[in-house]
Amino acid sequence: MEFTRRETLAIGAGAALMTVLPFRANASADDAIAAFTGGAAMADTGVELGAPEIAENGNTVPIDVSAPGASAILVLAAGNPTPGVATFNFGPLAGDQTASTRIRLAGTQDVIAVAKLADGTFARASKTVKVTIGGCGG
Amino acid sequence: MASGVKPRVKVPKSASAGEVITIKSLISHPMESGQRKDGSGNIIPRSIINRFTCEYNGQSVIDITLEPAISTNPYFQFDATVPEAGEFKFTWYDDDGSVYEDTKKVSV
Repeated sequence: MEFTRRETLAIGAGAALMTVLPFRANASADDAIAAFTGGAAMADTGVELGAPEIAENGNTVPIDVSAPGASAILVLAAGNPTPGVATFNFGPLAGDQTASTRIRLAGTQDVIAVAKLADGTFARASKTVKVTIGGCGG
Repeated sequence: MASGVKPRVKVPKSASAGEVITIKSLISHPMESGQRKDGSGNIIPRSIINRFTCEYNGQSVIDITLEPAISTNPYFQFDATVPEAGEFKFTWYDDDGSVYEDTKKVSV
């Protein structure tokens, strides 16, 4: 099997695009995290994120977040057209810092939860969800 | 724009003082993400609920900021402490300025 010059160029351009696209998606998620944490370092423990390993329908993916003592939890989907999903702010009467909801995912990607803990530090958890049918229409 | 919006909340009718109860809330809303296109290729404008709050006797339980990635008919489950008898107030804020409210009384 021999490649012509044209085919080689096309393959090269495709490969370049493949490497650039995921990076761009992650960059906007990183911006959202930086805006939430103010650039502070994040611990790996202190926040729990529950999500299915495989979601058949990206339109409704059940997730739950839990971070004992947290004042706020930010949830992001790094591979969505807009990475933000939701921000949970817990008030003084919150029974515990747990919430669950259903979200949309455009495709297989990482779901990220960042919690602002009681002592002002931040914790982060992420989970990869495989999506069979994406949930952003179009 | 968003028609037929109907909030539904499930709260226990009574609780003991200081008890932690689980609240489930659901509101029927299309949550148009602003990413979809209609038959002729025009983008359907975003129309979502952007904020949901729950208060008990005026004290905040939870305040959630919603983004377009929340599914149609936004559903939330969370826990609240009930210090004394009173009333839960649930408020949903729509992009178009509408505010939907629901209240539930709890006896101790």
